[in-house]
Amino acid sequence: MAKRKAKASRVRSESSSKAAKNSTQVMTYDDGEDELLEGDDDDAVISASEEDEGGSDDERKHRKLLEAISALGGKKRRKLAERSEASVQVSEFAVSAEGAGEKISLSDLLGAMDQTPSAVKSTKKQLQNLESCKDTLELPLSRQETEKIQRKVAFEKTSKDVSQWESIVKQNQRAEQLVFPLNQEPSGPKPVEHVVVGWKPRTPLEMEVFSLLHKNMQPINDPLLTPMEEASLKAMSLEEAKIRRAELQKIRALQSYYEAKAKRERKIKSKKYHKVLKKGKRKELLKEFEEMRNKDPAAALEELKKMELARMEERMSLKHQNSGKWAKSKAIMAKYDDEARKAMQQQLEMNKELTQKLALPPESEEEQEPEETEVVPDFANDAQAAADPANPWMMGKLSAEPAEKDCGGDDKESAVENTQNEEEREPEGDEEEENEEDVLLREFDEKRKSRRPDDDALAPPFQVDKEETEGEKKEEPVCVSSEDEHEGEVVSEFKSLFQKLLANGHESTVNKGTGQDAKESDAEEPALLDEGLSRVRSLEDVDELLGQGLVREHAEDVAEVKEKIPTTAEETKNERTDKRKKKKILDLNDVLTRDAKVISVPLAPTAIGEEEGEGDQRMLVQEAFAGDDVVADFLKDKKKRVEAGKPKVVDLTLPGWGEWGGVGLKPSRYKRRRFRIKVAPPPPRKDRNLPNVIISDARESSVAMHQVSQLPFSFEKPEQFECSIRTPTGHTWNTQRTVQKLTAPKVVTQLGSIIEPITRDSLDKSKAQTRGKKAPDIVLASAGAEGQGPRKGRRKAGENNARNLRNPRRRAIKRTK
Amino acid sequence: MKVKVLCRNPDDYVRETTRDIQRVPRNYDPTLHPFEVPREYTRAMNATKLERVFAKPFVAALDGHRDAVNCMAKHPTSLSTLLSGSCDGEVKVWNLPTKKCVRTLQAHEGFVRGMCARFCGTSFFTVGDDKTIKQWKMEAPGYGEEEEPLNMILGKTVYTGIDHHQKEGVFATCGQQVDIWDEQRSSPIRSFTWGASRFLTELLASCASDRSIILYDMREATPLQKVIMNMRSNTLCWNPMEAYIFTCANEDYHLYTYDMRQLSMPIVMHSDHVSAVLDVDYSPTGKEFVSASFDKTIRIFPEKKSHSRSVYHTKRMQHVICVKWSLDNKYIMTGSDEMNIRLWKANASEKLGLLTTREKQAQNYSQKLKQKFQHHPQIRRITRHRHLPREIYSQRKELHVMKEARRRK
Repeated sequence: MAKRKAKASRVRSESSSKAAKNSTQVMTYDDGEDELLEGDDDDAVISASEEDEGGSDDERKHRKLLEAISALGGKKRRKLAERSEASVQVSEFAVSAEGAGEKISLSDLLGAMDQTPSAVKSTKKQLQNLESCKDTLELPLSRQETEKIQRKVAFEKTSKDVSQWESIVKQNQRAEQLVFPLNQEPSGPKPVEHVVVGWKPRTPLEMEVFSLLHKNMQPINDPLLTPMEEASLKAMSLEEAKIRRAELQKIRALQSYYEAKAKRERKIKSKKYHKVLKKGKRKELLKEFEEMRNKDPAAALEELKKMELARMEERMSLKHQNSGKWAKSKAIMAKYDDEARKAMQQQLEMNKELTQKLALPPESEEEQEPEETEVVPDFANDAQAAADPANPWMMGKLSAEPAEKDCGGDDKESAVENTQNEEEREPEGDEEEENEEDVLLREFDEKRKSRRPDDDALAPPFQVDKEETEGEKKEEPVCVSSEDEHEGEVVSEFKSLFQKLLANGHESTVNKGTGQDAKESDAEEPALLDEGLSRVRSLEDVDELLGQGLVREHAEDVAEVKEKIPTTAEETKNERTDKRKKKKILDLNDVLTRDAKVISVPLAPTAIGEEEGEGDQRMLVQEAFAGDDVVADFLKDKKKRVEAGKPKVVDLTLPGWGEWGGVGLKPSRYKRRRFRIKVAPPPPRKDRNLPNVIISDARESSVAMHQVSQLPFSFEKPEQFECSIRTPTGHTWNTQRTVQKLTAPKVVTQLGSIIEPITRDSLDKSKAQTRGKKAPDIVLASAGAEGQGPRKGRRKAGENNARNLRNPRRRAIKRTK
Repeated sequence: MKVKVLCRNPDDYVRETTRDIQRVPRNYDPTLHPFEVPREYTRAMNATKLERVFAKPFVAALDGHRDAVNCMAKHPTSLSTLLSGSCDGEVKVWNLPTKKCVRTLQAHEGFVRGMCARFCGTSFFTVGDDKTIKQWKMEAPGYGEEEEPLNMILGKTVYTGIDHHQKEGVFATCGQQVDIWDEQRSSPIRSFTWGASRFLTELLASCASDRSIILYDMREATPLQKVIMNMRSNTLCWNPMEAYIFTCANEDYHLYTYDMRQLSMPIVMHSDHVSAVLDVDYSPTGKEFVSASFDKTIRIFPEKKSHSRSVYHTKRMQHVICVKWSLDNKYIMTGSDEMNIRLWKANASEKLGLLTTREKQAQNYSQKLKQKFQHHPQIRRITRHRHLPREIYSQRKELHVMKEARRRK
């Protein structure tokens, strides 16, 4: 049964395949089909089955023929129904369907149609068309086959899809360096524009701020200048700006100068100085007032009013009435103490002065001014100060000032000039007083200046001073003290500090000098002295020998200084310079002589040692290498090698062959000549002209072990390989930057960062990059469009650089472009 | 007296802070530094030797499982977390820096066959022998709460593997057929049946027990392509950086790397193992992969080299069933038969932790030197020398002999 079934199916398939064949002949494929059946295999399969089917067809015909023949025999056998298809053709009750094997033509069916008049013409026509068309529809493919085709299509599609990655994969493979995780954002703060571009105000406050900014045309992206500011900048010319700047500079310099001056003056503690200063100022004010009265009466009146006011205040207060605490205490002392009395007197005088009525202005200009001067004056708007003739700044000589300040002589001269001017103006004034004051002021000035060099730490005087102090301290602390007494102001702060620092040293030296307390100090610091005993002894000797003389010298010097106590300004000046010179000379001498002495003692033996040392060295070397005659050894070695390299005569003579042999018998000369083979001499040695070189061509196994025996893979020529080895990469031969470049690893990963697998985003990005070459750059949403042009360009360049770093291939491409 | 003093600007030789290195003036005149090649060769030799001296890859062992570790999963966002499932159905969550088990849950009855973490790292999926797929929260349940899966799907057949989509809430399981699941649904969106099986994004590949590897596209209704090999493939791993390359671990002691567009021939056959290869995982950089084998070793292969660059083994490590390469490219985790999870350095001689700039530079330099002189016989000998246990060694030799014999025939 099953077999029959199979046969039947075969029949059907045959017919279908035939139909298919027909269709292939007649019909042209439509596009979809074409794609599906592209493969040659399918055609082949189909054709194969056709042949197969054809074979079975013959067989079947044959059988039918046989049946027909048997039927001819007359016996009408009942024919068993052949079941070729389920249920359609064969009923279960062995009723065979008629015309099973034949085709039903469309016309058979249409016959009935013709008879019914109600049939529509159009359908008729259609049907007729169909009838005329002799093609049959194709049989659907088997499931396996369709699936196979579907799979194939799907696979092709996917592999095409996947191939998109190829570019990025290749790029990564070729990259000189890959930094994982890929495509990470550059760290660090982003430029402002980047942040601003994507940002929009959301909260009401932000909105408000933004609207304000917009209203004022405040630039958002380029926070440099508003248009207003720019306009104002443009309006101002360069020269104007320069002048303005110079002015500002000048004012600033003046201010700082005056500040410094006020500070300095405030620091001066001498009462006498201040007193004199005040007096001088008062006088000056008086003068000014006088002048003002002549020139500007209104201002003078104002001044007068001020003075009046001060007087009133003084009269109201008990300030100078000898009624304060201080005055009372002084009153007690006044009986015995002259000075207290004087002070009280002074106070009363002051009161009198202040309360005096200002009938005569020249006599009644009062204080309040001194107070003013103490305060730092504001020069920008102070006309009075600007008019000050004593101030060099106001002469418009900015650059001349420091020099003036520095050199004391000039200043003094100017001071003298000042005084002269004053004298000229007021010849009727009390000259003596004036002189006195001036002298005092000048003295202070000078002292200040003498201090100056130390404060400013100008190199030469500073060093001299230092050495001087050193010398003094080491040699003659007593002397220093005496000097200090006489000219305490001259000694700089540094000096005093240094003195303090070195106090212990001096003391010890003093002690040594006196020789009294030495043992005590010894007892105090045994550990220190233990170490230094021998040294101390030698130093002591040195000190005793040299120190005494120096002390004497110093003493004489001091005596001289004592004699010359300054009385007048000029005298002091001269004396000062003299003394300085003297001191300098003396100190230098001190230092040098002392140094020489101090150094010479320990140095003397070392110098000898050095001389000996050189000789020693040579001796030592000689001794150490006494047995080694390196040169001779080398020569011997070479000779040996040369000998070894020479070809030897090969003696092949065998005694006893062809003649008698035995003890005492030698092979004949002929035989020896015959069988001794001389080898041709080798080519001359390469080192024959180099006496201190041995050249050997022999392969050395110890080296060979480390050598590459055959050309490694990926190198085509030995030269290539050698080249790759020859260039050094280390920092001994290359600069830091080059080493970094040369040794950059191929794959860099960051510690503790997750490396994500490659994603579609990166693919898209890379595509965009390749495509975006011609596309316009991203345009920033900008408020201030002007300022952005260059900046954008810069950013772009930076990005490109960053990209290039990551992608060397692209860089190369660019270069070729 | 004349005193001459040598005077130098201290800026030239004094460092600014004590942390700075001493400034050394250099003269790059090549005549002053002769014998570049021999000197660099010596340095390369030393670097190679030091590399071998410091090659101590074993970092730690995590023990706590009560049966063989059958599968592991990496946490996608946390480097310090590792998930492991064992043959008794237990799943453990490990904290790697502290080397402690943070959480234990009885996930399945019978084997935990496969597990994977969701891309966001908030939950993970397990499949087991009890024909279920379970989704679990990554965090441990609070005090008093019971350990319950977020979601559970009962299947008809046993699932043998699971993998999750990189970005969407879709995952795939394999068993008798390959199923694609939506996280929201309890029935598969799509299922492919084409042979039986065990597995990326839209592309799937499965290794079937009928010796085939089958590729699927999640979007298509049918599987794509099938390769039938000589022996069964155990696992398969896609290269994370090269989308069309995958490597499969085969029973015939080899690994095969395929380009999915040309499945007729593998690109490379990686052979060094002496027994069936059970698991394979790519390094996140896609430059190397690690394979775990039944021969109790793991080997690290460069991506397209047919031989491994290093082999790790310990006396106590038995058949290695699963292996994972950590997402920062520094460590390798192996789960083996004797219930331990081991942590290895991916680069045996690498110094762990932060390096100073100078250390880094020195490292780079020595690396470069090694690479430059890699063809020199002595250096090659030292770099290539590895210790192997006797069985593996003898087996290797035996295999070699067999191979030679086959070649001669």
